[in-house]
Amino acid sequence: MTALEAGSVIGDASEVLPPTRRRALAKFLKNRSAVVGAAIVLLFVALAVLAPLIAPFDPNKTNFAALRRAPSLVHWLGTDEIGRDILSRVMHGGVASLLAGVVSVAIALVIGLPVGLAAGWLGGWVDAIVGRITDALLAVPFLILAIALAAALGPSLTNAMIAIGLSQVPIFVRLTRGQVLAVRAEEFVEGARAVGVPQSLILARHILPNITAPLLVQATLTTATAIIAEASLSFLGLGQQPPAPSWGSMLNTAKNFLEQAPWMSLAPGAAIFLVVLGFNMLGDGLRDALDPREE
Amino acid sequence: MWKLILNRLVVAIPTLFLVTVLVFALQRVMPGDPLLVMAGEERDPAVLEELRHHYGFDQPLPIQFLAWLREVLTGNFGASLRTGEPVLKLVGQTLPVTIQLAVASLLIAAAIGIPMGILAAVRKGTWVDAVANVVSLSGLSIPNFWLGIILILVVAVQLRWLPASGFVSVLDDPAGALRTTLMPAFVLGSGLAATLMRHTRSAMLEVLRLDYVRTARAKGLMPRAVILKHAFRNALAPIVTLSTLLFGQLLAGAVLTEQVFTIPGFGKLIVDAVFNRDYGVVQGVVLCTAVAFIVMNLVADVLYILINPRLRT
Repeated sequence: MTALEAGSVIGDASEVLPPTRRRALAKFLKNRSAVVGAAIVLLFVALAVLAPLIAPFDPNKTNFAALRRAPSLVHWLGTDEIGRDILSRVMHGGVASLLAGVVSVAIALVIGLPVGLAAGWLGGWVDAIVGRITDALLAVPFLILAIALAAALGPSLTNAMIAIGLSQVPIFVRLTRGQVLAVRAEEFVEGARAVGVPQSLILARHILPNITAPLLVQATLTTATAIIAEASLSFLGLGQQPPAPSWGSMLNTAKNFLEQAPWMSLAPGAAIFLVVLGFNMLGDGLRDALDPREE
Repeated sequence: MWKLILNRLVVAIPTLFLVTVLVFALQRVMPGDPLLVMAGEERDPAVLEELRHHYGFDQPLPIQFLAWLREVLTGNFGASLRTGEPVLKLVGQTLPVTIQLAVASLLIAAAIGIPMGILAAVRKGTWVDAVANVVSLSGLSIPNFWLGIILILVVAVQLRWLPASGFVSVLDDPAGALRTTLMPAFVLGSGLAATLMRHTRSAMLEVLRLDYVRTARAKGLMPRAVILKHAFRNALAPIVTLSTLLFGQLLAGAVLTEQVFTIPGFGKLIVDAVFNRDYGVVQGVVLCTAVAFIVMNLVADVLYILINPRLRT
């Protein structure tokens, strides 16, 4: 125990990490809502990945003999305005939504993390400039910025992901910067600096491992936001382009057939709701499990 | 105190400047040459050259930026490339519509979110807290355009209780306004209610632990009086500072809600502009939003300093 304590003072946090990580995992597994959230997310990932194998129909195959059919044994969720099977389209559409969630958060992290690290670690004029730019970006509401960017880049799924990712960069810059400021004041960082550990090594070994938890939580919750944002852009016609299936664009069409085919608007919306709910529950659970204060 | 306020003002200026740079850059990456639209079908090179010169597009970018900035500073936020109407006029026409929707949805959000947050905090760890948590999680997770579609489906198409779309100003016809605004306001308010509930709950939990709440309880005050008069009043400050966050959520939500319910508001203005490739309007609207946001933030900061006795030195 004394060896462990000494180690943590000098700065090797990795030696004390495993027990905390184990405790976090136990805490996470005890949290029913977090586990349910993880299960929902996994289920949708499985459905999307396996869609080519298990979807009952080709998602883009039109069938003019079965236009706007109500749910039945053949078409469990019914068919749309040109006879495509809605269940198959919902399963395939999951790829666009999940991909948009993950890729845009990855874009935001890849830009936001280094910029936030630099601002928090270097301080001074770097921090001031980064701070003002982040303020300016945050001044435009997320979706409006994403709409303007998607419009500028042209409507497509890739551009929607870029637009959503870019508009989320400031969130990660702010979070990383704040975390770095908190961690750099810790004794083990000061100790490492005092004994002359190079800056890059301090950043990689001491700062980064200690800021991953809040970043992970934020990334999970932001994935939920990003999935809604992609659905919103696709709903407006700025995301996934037809005929490729996406939940948002399916809803865009469905809203024109509320009288004739109400089932068209049920499944895609329910799918968005469930996936986003799953990510939110997972994120909340991770936060509770990884937060050392909440004992 | 005045130093603090001055400090906020000084910080807001470079932010505003950067916003203008951002918006100008956005306009530059927009696809398609707006002049091609203006030059008409023939695209006579001489006409194009003339237009290019007239609008200063033959100047270097920094010069163009400064010229544009001077216009913005004198209150000219650009004009529609289609109709030539100034952006500020279009914003002025659509903003009251969105404000009516926003105020209604804030009222609904406060009426749901705040009591639910207080209850969840007071009954922390019980089924009340659990139910409130599920409701707020759902409110945060449900895409509001889908909620709108479902409500239209049930309330307008099946039950025929309320109209599915349209807008009536509360100044013209209060009853009609209520009928057309109720559903969209609920849709827009649901997400806000969830955010408000979560923040109210955590602010209340912070306050309920404090000594003066315990003292009030020990004095034998009614629990309701303790919770509302002593705890909630003091929990209100962090809830009020949420307003800027809610503003962004409101505007973004309004874009989708107005689309679903075909309401001719600020959100529909930007979406229509995107589809009409009317970049003048897109740019102007983004600029207006950002400026409004920064000014609102500034006002909130200053109010906070003025209200908070600890900062009043």
